Amino acid sequence: MENSEHIPLLEVRDLHTYFHTFSGTVKAVNGVSFEIGKGEVMGLVGESGGGKSVVGFSILGLIDSPGKIESGELLLEGQDLVTAGEDRLREIRGREISMVFQDPMTSLNPLHTVGRQMDEVLRLHSDLGAEARQTTCIEMLESVGISRAAERLKAYPHQFSGGMRQRVVIAIAMLARPKLIIADEPTTALDVTIQSQILKLMRAQIADKGASMILITHDLAVVSEMADHITVLYCGNVVERGQTRDLIENPSHPYTRGLIDSIPDTTQRLDRLSQIPGSVPDIRNLPQGCNFRERCPRAQAICAQKEPSLTPQHKSLMAACHFPLKPGEAA
Amino acid sequence: MMTRFLHSEFFHNYKHSSSAVIGSTLMLGFAFAVIVGPLLVAQNPYDIASLDLMDSYKPPLWLEGGDPRFPLGTDGQGRDVWASILYGARISVFIGLVAMIASCTIGTFLGLVAGFYGGIVDSVIMRIADIQLSFPSILIALFLMSAVGTGVDKVLIALTAVGWVVYARTVRGSTLSEIEKEYVQAAKVAGLPNHKIIRKHVLPNVLTPLIVIATIQVGTFVLIEASLSFLGVGVPITQPSLGLLIKNGFDVLFSGLWWTSVFPGIAIMILVFGINLFGDFLRDELNPRLK
Repeated sequence: MENSEHIPLLEVRDLHTYFHTFSGTVKAVNGVSFEIGKGEVMGLVGESGGGKSVVGFSILGLIDSPGKIESGELLLEGQDLVTAGEDRLREIRGREISMVFQDPMTSLNPLHTVGRQMDEVLRLHSDLGAEARQTTCIEMLESVGISRAAERLKAYPHQFSGGMRQRVVIAIAMLARPKLIIADEPTTALDVTIQSQILKLMRAQIADKGASMILITHDLAVVSEMADHITVLYCGNVVERGQTRDLIENPSHPYTRGLIDSIPDTTQRLDRLSQIPGSVPDIRNLPQGCNFRERCPRAQAICAQKEPSLTPQHKSLMAACHFPLKPGEAA
Repeated sequence: MMTRFLHSEFFHNYKHSSSAVIGSTLMLGFAFAVIVGPLLVAQNPYDIASLDLMDSYKPPLWLEGGDPRFPLGTDGQGRDVWASILYGARISVFIGLVAMIASCTIGTFLGLVAGFYGGIVDSVIMRIADIQLSFPSILIALFLMSAVGTGVDKVLIALTAVGWVVYARTVRGSTLSEIEKEYVQAAKVAGLPNHKIIRKHVLPNVLTPLIVIATIQVGTFVLIEASLSFLGVGVPITQPSLGLLIKNGFDVLFSGLWWTSVFPGIAIMILVFGINLFGDFLRDELNPRLK
C-alpha cells in the first residue's frame, strides 16, 4: 500500500444531493468533499439530519426521487459514479461497494434462510458453482464468528439474536470481497456489550480483506476507536476533518468540541451532562452565513454574513470556522 | 412435515375453533360433492335423451307423490334437482375459483408494480382501482356482460375485472411498508435487479393477507355469479350454475313448485357460509395484531 496516499480508493468532490419536496428544497448534502485511501477507515460523524446517510446512498447511486445528485463527482478508483449508468452501478453495488445497515432486525428478509440470502449475493457477483458458493458462505460465516456455520445456513433470521444477525449482515457485506464498505450506524441498534465485539469484528474483517470503510455514526466514541480519520458533517456541510487523534484530542471547530463534550465522562462527577444548545436548524431554510452560528458560543457578527470555508488548522485538521479553537482552548 | 403440521399452533387453534371446523367441513363436503358427486347420480341432467317429460315437477321424496329416483324432486323438464345441484355446483365453484386466481394474479402484480415504482404508474393504477370501487360490482359486471355477451368465459372476465382491485390495494399498501424495510434496501445495495427484488423479497412478504381475501372472495364470486345468472346475463342455459337453477325455479316458485329453486339456494348458502366461516378463522389466525 505504498501509494495509498496518491490514488485514493474513493474521492468525493463537492457533492450536492438535494431533495425537491413540496415544502422546499432540502439541501441534505451541500458541498461535501473527502477522500478515503485503500485500507482506511473513515468516520462520518454528525447529528441526526446532518446528511450522513444521504452521502452513503449517494455513493451507491440509490437516491430515490424526489432526491437527486445535483452536482459533484464520486470517483471510485478514478471512475465517476455520478455519470455511470444504472447497469454499471448495479455491478458496483455488492461487488465493489457494499453496505451494512443499522438495524439487523429488519435488514435480513424474514422469509428466507440465511444461506439463501448469502447465496443470492454470490450468485450475482461470482461465477462459482453451487458447491463452491456454499463453501464460501460457510467460511464467511465462520470468519465472522458464527459456529456450526453449515447448520446455521439453513436457519432463518428470527432464529438468531441481534448481535448474531449483525454478524450475518457483515458476512453478507463481505461476501463479494468489496473494496469499500459503507457501515451506516452498524452498532446503534445493538447492546453495548455486543457493540465492541461487532466493531472489533468489522475492524478485523476489513484489515483481513484489505477493504476500506466509511463508518457513518453519531457516536464519537465508536469512531475514535475505529477510524483513521474523521469527517464531521453539519447541515450537509463538512465542518471539520482530520486524523482521528488530532480531531478527538484538539478539535478546532466549536461543533466538534460540542460533540466531544457531550460524551459523558465517567472520571468527572457532574450534575448535568454537557450539551450543544439549540437544535439543528430547518434544513429547507438555512440561515445565511455559518449554519452553526445560532448554537455557537464563539459566534460574532461576521458569522452571520459570511459562510466559512474549510481552511487548514493545526496538525492534520481542516475546519470551516471563522474563529477556530486553538489546541487546548475551551469552547 | 405432516407431524410438524399436526403439532403446530395453527392446527391447535384450528381444532379448538368450532367455526373453523364447521366451515372447513362444509367446504370439504362441498368439494367432495362437486368432484365425485356427479358420478353418484344416475341421471346426467344435461343429457336431454335421459330426461323424461313424464317425470316433470315431481315433489321431493318426503312429500306426497315423491319419487325415490328424485330425492329432491324434479324441474319442468323432468331433471333431477339433486343431480342438477351437483352439476351446477361444479360450474359455480369452477367460476369462483378461476376468477379468484385470475383476480389475485392480476391484482397482486399491479399492486406490486404500483407500490414498488410509485409515481405516475402508481397514480394511474390506483385511480383506475378507485373508479372501479365507486361502482357496485354487479353493475360493472352487468356493463361488461352487455358489452361482451354472455358465457362462462365472459362471466370470468367480468368477475376478474371486479375482483383485482382488492388485491391491488392490499398489495400496494403492504409493498409500500415492505420497501421501507432495510432488507429491501440491502437487496438494492447488493446490486439485485428490481424484478428480482420484487419477486424474491417483496412478494413473499405481502402474501399473507391475500390468503384471507382469496378465500372469502371465492364465496363472493359464487354469489355474484349467481346474481348475474339470475338476472339472465350469466352462464348459458346449457351450463346451468346454481344461480341459473334458482332463476329457472323462480319462474314457478309461486305455483307451489318451491323445491326447484329453494334447494339450489340452500346449496349456495351452505357453500358461502362454509367459506366465510373458514375465512374468518384464517383472518384471526394470520393477523398478528389479533393474537
